[in-house]
Amino acid sequence: MATLARLQARSTFLAHQYYFRNSAVDVFRKKEYDAAIKIQSWFRGCRIRAYLSYLHRVATVIQKCWRGYLGRQHYQLIVKLEFCTMKMNLYNAMAVRIQKRWRGYRIRKYCFNYFYLKEYLKAVSETNDAIREELEEFAEMKEREEKKADLEREEKKRDYQARKMHYLLSTKQIPGIYNSPFRKDPDPWELRLQKAKPLRSQRPKVKQKRDVNISNRLACTSARSLPQSEILPPIDRKQCQGPFRDITEVLEQRYKPLEPTLWMAEPINELKMAREELRKQEWMRNINDNMFLPFSSYHKNKKYIPLMHSSSKYGPNSYGSQHFRDENPKKWICDKDFQTVLPSFDLFSKYGKLYSKAGQII
Amino acid sequence: MSLLRPLLLDVVPTIQQTAALALGRLANYNGDLAEAVVKGDILPQLVYSLAEQNRFYKKAAAFVLRAVGKHSPQLAQAIVDCGALDTLVICLEDFDPGVKEAAAWALGYIARHNAELSQAVVDAGAVPLLVLCIQEPEIALKRIAASALSDISKHSPELAQTVVDVGAIAHLAQMILNPDSKLKRQVLSALSQIAKHSVDLAEMVVEAEIFPVVLTCLKDKDDYVKKNASTLIREIAKHTPELSQLIVNTGGVAAVTDCIGSCKGNIRLPGIMMLGYVAAHSENLAMAVIVSKAVPQLSVCLSEEPEDHIKAAAAWALGQIGRHTPEHARAVAVTNTLPVLLSLYMSTESSEDLQTKSKKAIKSILQKCTYLPALEPFLYDAPPNILKHVVGQFSKVRDALFSESGGRTFQ
Repeated sequence: MATLARLQARSTFLAHQYYFRNSAVDVFRKKEYDAAIKIQSWFRGCRIRAYLSYLHRVATVIQKCWRGYLGRQHYQLIVKLEFCTMKMNLYNAMAVRIQKRWRGYRIRKYCFNYFYLKEYLKAVSETNDAIREELEEFAEMKEREEKKADLEREEKKRDYQARKMHYLLSTKQIPGIYNSPFRKDPDPWELRLQKAKPLRSQRPKVKQKRDVNISNRLACTSARSLPQSEILPPIDRKQCQGPFRDITEVLEQRYKPLEPTLWMAEPINELKMAREELRKQEWMRNINDNMFLPFSSYHKNKKYIPLMHSSSKYGPNSYGSQHFRDENPKKWICDKDFQTVLPSFDLFSKYGKLYSKAGQII
Repeated sequence: MSLLRPLLLDVVPTIQQTAALALGRLANYNGDLAEAVVKGDILPQLVYSLAEQNRFYKKAAAFVLRAVGKHSPQLAQAIVDCGALDTLVICLEDFDPGVKEAAAWALGYIARHNAELSQAVVDAGAVPLLVLCIQEPEIALKRIAASALSDISKHSPELAQTVVDVGAIAHLAQMILNPDSKLKRQVLSALSQIAKHSVDLAEMVVEAEIFPVVLTCLKDKDDYVKKNASTLIREIAKHTPELSQLIVNTGGVAAVTDCIGSCKGNIRLPGIMMLGYVAAHSENLAMAVIVSKAVPQLSVCLSEEPEDHIKAAAAWALGQIGRHTPEHARAVAVTNTLPVLLSLYMSTESSEDLQTKSKKAIKSILQKCTYLPALEPFLYDAPPNILKHVVGQFSKVRDALFSESGGRTFQ
């Protein structure tokens, strides 16, 4: 029991000692504990950080590869596209070149050939020039012909005048008016008069004048009527000695144009006479005077030679031509002739007469 | 008239003929006298005795019919009504050329008035006989027959076809070479009346090988031959581009241009119109017309002719030439015709027709013209409606050419 008491007395001291010793140890323990924890946490931190950075590294690598892969794919796509575009551009350019050539060719050959047009226009202008030349020549030729015709007419006129004035020719005794002795050369008219043949005094033109009067008036397309020429009396000559009548009167009487009577001038049967005239003219031209008979009158061309049987000494038998029936009046029953029951043909009723009007003179 | 009528029935033939001649001369002078002849019932008597009498009477009676028929369609109808056409056609078969000529002349005058009378003449069977008359040797008869055929065929295509069916074209084409100028007039007129109706008829006329012989007629001394020849060429050229091409290929354009240069007044008109028609078909033909030196000639016509309708035709022809491409417009503008056209358009004395045609010509040429020196005068004195075209043209030229002078002038 003493121990107990001692213990009890010490208990509080022990309790205090126990508490103080524990607490001091505790403090140490806590300190050490805290320190241990700090170390451990720092270590853990390091480890985890190392692990994290490792993870980062690895993740970066993966991402790096993946991104590279994606990028390469994209790049290939782009390259492909670019390549296609480049090819298409090239094709387009070449196609444009081909089309350009083709279009030019087509237009030039089929639609509008510029050179052909130029050639054509040149040809047209050449033709024009040729035509112009030809027409000029033609006009000149016409002019020349007209001039020639005019000259010829003048010549003829002068010739005619010379023929009319032939009596003005100079003779050995008397020089003519164109051959004056005071001239060196005779006038050209003198030479013309020498060459001219004198006209005939009687001119047949006068007779035709009256006949052609009316028809001339109608056939003339102009309003001018033909001049009526008269015969003039010759120029004054010396009066013949003797009891002669006035020369003008005599010549008037002598050259008075014929005045036929009305019957002669305008016969009533002028139409008939004209027909006769026409027939005479045609008869003149005929080679063969026999009229051409049509075939229906062919038998008239030949002379009919009768059979010897049907002709007798005194001429042809009337049987066979005049009558065709052998008649025996004694055998007749009644004395009337046959009746025609059927009407005869119109064609045969004209037997013996002409069937056509050819050959009939109107 | 009452005195002359019984003389027609006189016994003596000369009195009949002279009475008929007197009636003819009366009727010829005046339309009223012709009506009096018709009213006096003389025509049936004439027609009746035409069939039987001699040739002088026939000539005189045909002369009366012609004199009556020429004044008006009603008188011609009266002649047709009394049955004169058949007797006239019988006269056409007569031997005497004078009778044929008188009958053909009467028929021609009757057919001249309108299409019904022409048809009546054709129905009476006159056309084959007229074609036979053309082949006769007498020149006067040929002339009259050609003129009658021309009068018949001018009214309608059917009548022209009737004339062609009888084979008239070949004979008419042969007679172009005849030296007589009055005959040539009638023949060319007949051919142009036939050719004007349709393309087929024109082609038939061309097939008769009239080119290039017709071009010699353009050089004839007689003015009317030239006029009729250019009318014929115009009628052929106006139908299709192929026919115009044919005419250009044979050098017709040059001949017509020379012909225009050598005559004055109305004679020129068909030639001018022909150039217009040829140029109107296509631009190649217009270029061919330009190459044949027609444009200076046309501008000369435009300036020196006094009459408005000829000026109008020349303006129209220039418009047709210049309207196709800038080349053509340049060719027209170079000859300084645009100011003349403008003055014609602006002048108050010009007729309506002339003003319209010159305005159209100016517009159509300006729309294609890129030739600046010709456009410049227009800026100064053109009226506003033309000025807007000019300014438009200038802007086009400036954009296209980008030339300094053009820009400066524009500003």
